[in-house]
Amino acid sequence: MIDVTSPPRTPAKKTARRVYRPNTKHIPVLATLALLIVMYSVGVYNYDGFGDTQVILNVFVDNAFLLVVAVGMTFVILTGGIDLSVGAVIALTTTVAATLLNAGWPAGVVLPVALLIGTVLGFGMGAVIHFFKVEPFIATLAGMFLARGLSLLINRNSIPITNDFWTQMAQKRFRFDDGVFISLNVVIAVVVVVIAAVVLAWTRFGRNVYAIGGNADSALLMGLPVGRTRIAVYTLSGFCASLGGVLYSFYTSSGYSLHGQGLELDAIAAVVIGGVLLTGGSGYVLGTVLGVLVLGLIQTIITFQGDLNSWWTRIVVGILLFAFIVLQRLVTRKAK
Amino acid sequence: MVLQMTGIRKVFPGVVALDGVDFRLLPGEIHALMGENGAGKSTLIKVLTGVYDIDGGEIELAGERVRFTGPLQAQQAGISTVYQEVNLCPNLSVAENIFIGREPRRFGRIQWSEMRRRADKSLARLDLDIDVSAQLDSYSLAIQQMVAIARATDIGNTRVLILDEPTSSLDASEVEQLFAVMRRLKENGTAILFVSHFLDQVYEIADRMTVLRNGGLIGEYRTAELPQMQLVSKMIGKELEALEQIEEEVREAPRRDRTIIEAKGLGRTGSIAPFDLTIHAGEVVGLAGLLGSGRTELARLLFGADRPDSGDLAVDGQPVKFHSPRDAMTRGIAFSSENRRTEGIIGELTVRENIILALQAARGWTRPIPRRRQDELVDRYVQALQIRPADPERLVRDLSGGNQQKVLLARWLITEPRLLIIDEPTRGIDVGAKAEIQRLVAQLADGGMAVLFVSAELEEVLRLSHKIEVLRDRRLVEELENGDDVDADRIMHTIASGATP
Repeated sequence: MIDVTSPPRTPAKKTARRVYRPNTKHIPVLATLALLIVMYSVGVYNYDGFGDTQVILNVFVDNAFLLVVAVGMTFVILTGGIDLSVGAVIALTTTVAATLLNAGWPAGVVLPVALLIGTVLGFGMGAVIHFFKVEPFIATLAGMFLARGLSLLINRNSIPITNDFWTQMAQKRFRFDDGVFISLNVVIAVVVVVIAAVVLAWTRFGRNVYAIGGNADSALLMGLPVGRTRIAVYTLSGFCASLGGVLYSFYTSSGYSLHGQGLELDAIAAVVIGGVLLTGGSGYVLGTVLGVLVLGLIQTIITFQGDLNSWWTRIVVGILLFAFIVLQRLVTRKAK
Repeated sequence: MVLQMTGIRKVFPGVVALDGVDFRLLPGEIHALMGENGAGKSTLIKVLTGVYDIDGGEIELAGERVRFTGPLQAQQAGISTVYQEVNLCPNLSVAENIFIGREPRRFGRIQWSEMRRRADKSLARLDLDIDVSAQLDSYSLAIQQMVAIARATDIGNTRVLILDEPTSSLDASEVEQLFAVMRRLKENGTAILFVSHFLDQVYEIADRMTVLRNGGLIGEYRTAELPQMQLVSKMIGKELEALEQIEEEVREAPRRDRTIIEAKGLGRTGSIAPFDLTIHAGEVVGLAGLLGSGRTELARLLFGADRPDSGDLAVDGQPVKFHSPRDAMTRGIAFSSENRRTEGIIGELTVRENIILALQAARGWTRPIPRRRQDELVDRYVQALQIRPADPERLVRDLSGGNQQKVLLARWLITEPRLLIIDEPTRGIDVGAKAEIQRLVAQLADGGMAVLFVSAELEEVLRLSHKIEVLRDRRLVEELENGDDVDADRIMHTIASGATP
């Protein structure tokens, strides 16, 4: 039997590394960065006062909670999954925190309890997804109804938070020399981002997340802890959602069962616009940060414009999502 | 004794995949696991690697009784595997694919530079010099296979290395490279379990072999003491008349009075240079050439899967322009794809549904084929092609590779094409099924169908074709009338030199 297969292989040369040519993996992130720069320039050119440093910092201040949630979502989407429960978890977290605080519980107890809510729910959803082979979409949709329903059961009205610790946290500002400031929420969000970036790039857990997104069957055959990683990813997303909820309650000083409606979609949009592949396996936390900034900047521009309906935000986000999903398709197809 | 498996039994719903199979491995030997598709080789390997749990029997590794609950446990116990399909993560770098799960770390932080250095070293042992920080899917399948082997052999305590069809996508020199590595590992005392459909390769490298048939053990033999012919008859369980018959058959020259398809200067930049090709009714045209020489690309142009950017195509003497495979299908051209797993077979559907698919598509979804008609058609082809198990309601993914290929063939035959293009129909399937498919192709041609037969195996092309088109570097370099003066050497020469000797 004569086996005639591939032609003699020319070994890939290593010299190419010197020349800068964007890695196909980086193209979506670079595109988002370019978009961000264009948007910012347009804003500065058209509106007085848009160039103030505080304007860009306010984007962070107003979206810190979204950033935290989107970081959790990044992990989930990198494995090829999705988490629809995060918005509802925010509502549940704020409602539970506000209720307990008003009942006189000390903040030192309420805080960990609040953070546990999403973590436990996320763990549960992860376990269901892994052990019963349920589609993440379905499992987290159930989680979403559960969390939203629970918070409505606890209280259907907005509950103001008057706890001292909470108000202190809400009012804490870090000021810089020239008078600009950021809130505590921003600091927490930045810490979360940095930790997430390090975990994804430099730990086994992080690399397993990418491996599962690349090919879960292979990952299993390569002896990677697929089940454990998958459950951990949803647990992490649940934790981030809860932390986002706590930040949201700082930000709004209230707990409300209707908080965070549609926020899961904002988070997913931010992640996708940030260049993370919806099918998993490719993307960076930095991209997610850029994605959140794009969403925030759209809002800012619409505010500065003044005469535009705020629903334009949604329309623009929709258009961008389309554009980026098509871009991802083109990039991955070219890579093949 | 490194490994001793006794009385292994594994049952799937409705099928006994392994029935009391014994298997043993000695240190420093290369042991071939032989059997037809569906004989239970893959199941045995999956049992050994912890993917499946066993329903009976026991496994002893280095004298200790073990029971694996997952691939990780098997790996930790010293059993590493390279599977038939490359099971790596295409989105990660080469270095990561070798080391993921056991990356060098300091304080929990992965040391990337150390990892790249070690990856370089481990690939150097396979004589491979590539950029290990590049993404895996930027390399060819052959290189990905080598990376998989590097991963498997790099695990420090590997006592048993399982190679499941590792050579199916390697060329001759790469196979030699692999064998060199295997011999080195063998000298170091690693026991290697080798599975391959290429009998020559098995005879070149294996010390002993174990033969399975229909989930049962046939026997264990020393390679040197078992002639090839006997091995084959043990594998298929019958004498080789069937196999030889086709070889004896003299292929009559077809009457070339009816032209089915005629290409003039047809080509596509970057895919295949302009070529002329005429195929007549009842004619088998073989496409020979190396992998990547443009065989599949040529076939895709004829089928309308890619659009030509030069030249003309005529069907029945009428000029046509195919915009999609659908156009080709309405003209009576069928294309059975090379990648039966990814492009052809839909595993989650039943045999019947898979077979009916193309016919239904040709009719349009608004005119469903009545169930009774479906059953009739499917039964006829299941019988004619001897698809086993002969149960049209079985899911296709449960069938062996050879039978999947037959289902795929049935799908196109049912549309009664006038030109059937088959791309690599016999790759990765066993000897018996191969002979059956070859015989089928011959029969079809005798019945007046034109066949364009694409295969990497020259002997197969020689055996079946009336006319052989030789491709080289994406160019059709020569057309040969098949006759006594044409043999494998002659074609090899053309492939190698690109010119008529």
